[in-house]
Amino acid sequence: MVASRTDSSNPARIPALGVRLIVLLFASIILMVLDHRQNHLGAVRQTIGAAVYPLQVIVDAPFRLWEWVRDSTADRNQLQLELSRLQVERLLTNARLQRMTALEAENARLRDLLDARAQVRDEVRVAEIMAVDANPYRHNIVIDIGEREGAYDGQSIVDVTGVIGQIIETGLTTSQAMLISDPSHSLPVEVNRNGLRTIANGTGEFGRLVLPFVTNNADIRPGDLLVTSGLGGAFPAGYPVAVVDTVNRIPQEPFADVTATPAAALDQVREVMLIWSSPEPRDEEPRDKKPGDEEPNDE
Amino acid sequence: MSRAGRAGRLPVILTIILSLMLMVMPLPDWAMPFRPDWVALTLIYWAMMLPRTWSVGTAWLIGIVLDVAQGTILGQHALALCFIVFITVRFHLLMRVFPMQQLTVTVFAILALYQFVLFWINGVAGVDAPLVNYWGPVISGALFWPVVSLLFSGVRQRVQHGR
Repeated sequence: MVASRTDSSNPARIPALGVRLIVLLFASIILMVLDHRQNHLGAVRQTIGAAVYPLQVIVDAPFRLWEWVRDSTADRNQLQLELSRLQVERLLTNARLQRMTALEAENARLRDLLDARAQVRDEVRVAEIMAVDANPYRHNIVIDIGEREGAYDGQSIVDVTGVIGQIIETGLTTSQAMLISDPSHSLPVEVNRNGLRTIANGTGEFGRLVLPFVTNNADIRPGDLLVTSGLGGAFPAGYPVAVVDTVNRIPQEPFADVTATPAAALDQVREVMLIWSSPEPRDEEPRDKKPGDEEPNDE
Repeated sequence: MSRAGRAGRLPVILTIILSLMLMVMPLPDWAMPFRPDWVALTLIYWAMMLPRTWSVGTAWLIGIVLDVAQGTILGQHALALCFIVFITVRFHLLMRVFPMQQLTVTVFAILALYQFVLFWINGVAGVDAPLVNYWGPVISGALFWPVVSLLFSGVRQRVQHGR
């Protein structure tokens, strides 16, 4: 134990421990204030994130490898089954798509007639969720698309069944995204059936959202599909979010107790889609009216 | 100090990198709140055994890296790790002579303090999380401590005596 004696024979000699602690504590506090209040530290995060990236890749690698092994050793019957299933699915989807093209054209014509803003086409790109756990206090995921591919803060993420969440932080090659089930996440939605607008909040459970601001007499019932309303500006309109589960009207309370199940299986997805919404034409038109004026009447 | 000099740093750095990897390793949902704080355990160990080389400065840097990896507020883990490493270094002589049970209880207390700092910062920043997210790592961390310290004492023998 020679070394340990030389290392610590005189604890008082550890140079200026208290001073260093205080300096570092101050540094952390300044960092936290800058990061939390002003979001000035994107570049710092990205630089350090580049160093963290290899770690994430190494952690993710065994899961990738396992998937690859499973895929490449899958039994022939199983593959054939899946192939036929996919073929049927493709036929059905294609059939639906045909109608969709016609409907889209019709929709655009009608919108032209109404002089409403044009429906924007969204550009999508597939991203993979990395097998890496992020923030223990939040429902976050790490995806393998970053700023280099054009991801940006606040970008919406969906999967084939519905909205997943949005990007809250972009690195160079990876991004962190917050799921809609996070307790601090709110999402403007509307009831698909009648256009009733409200807000869906996360609860911290993957399978449950709450709609805290639905009045008691609102027309909403179990089974209603909630879609994004596009009002917050973050999410493009019209993507399915959740299905209303229970509506509990309490007479003496102003708001009903409404819960919904997310349309996407938030804890099971592996592949997600990032959406680039093109800028909306109406916002680019110069506005003569002052912000305080009434909304122009759409005829 | 010369013995635990340059050549001896690499194994310690490797344990720290390993602990960082364990922090981002995916766990099933039910186990997530009980992920031991591997980085905190590792830093407590090295701060206790080699306080001159691995002290608050290291803790701060590793904390920043952890903040980036986990997407928490930049500086949150840095502050908390700095704080507990400071306490560990202050009491490292005392902690070294503790029998394992007593040391485990001490580590439990240090981890609780660590989570409290994190909890407090989250509270100020308005991040809401269920309480099990704070107690889980403390309990599992204390349970894993004997294993971790046993493993690391092997590494330490190598750092201090081996070449």
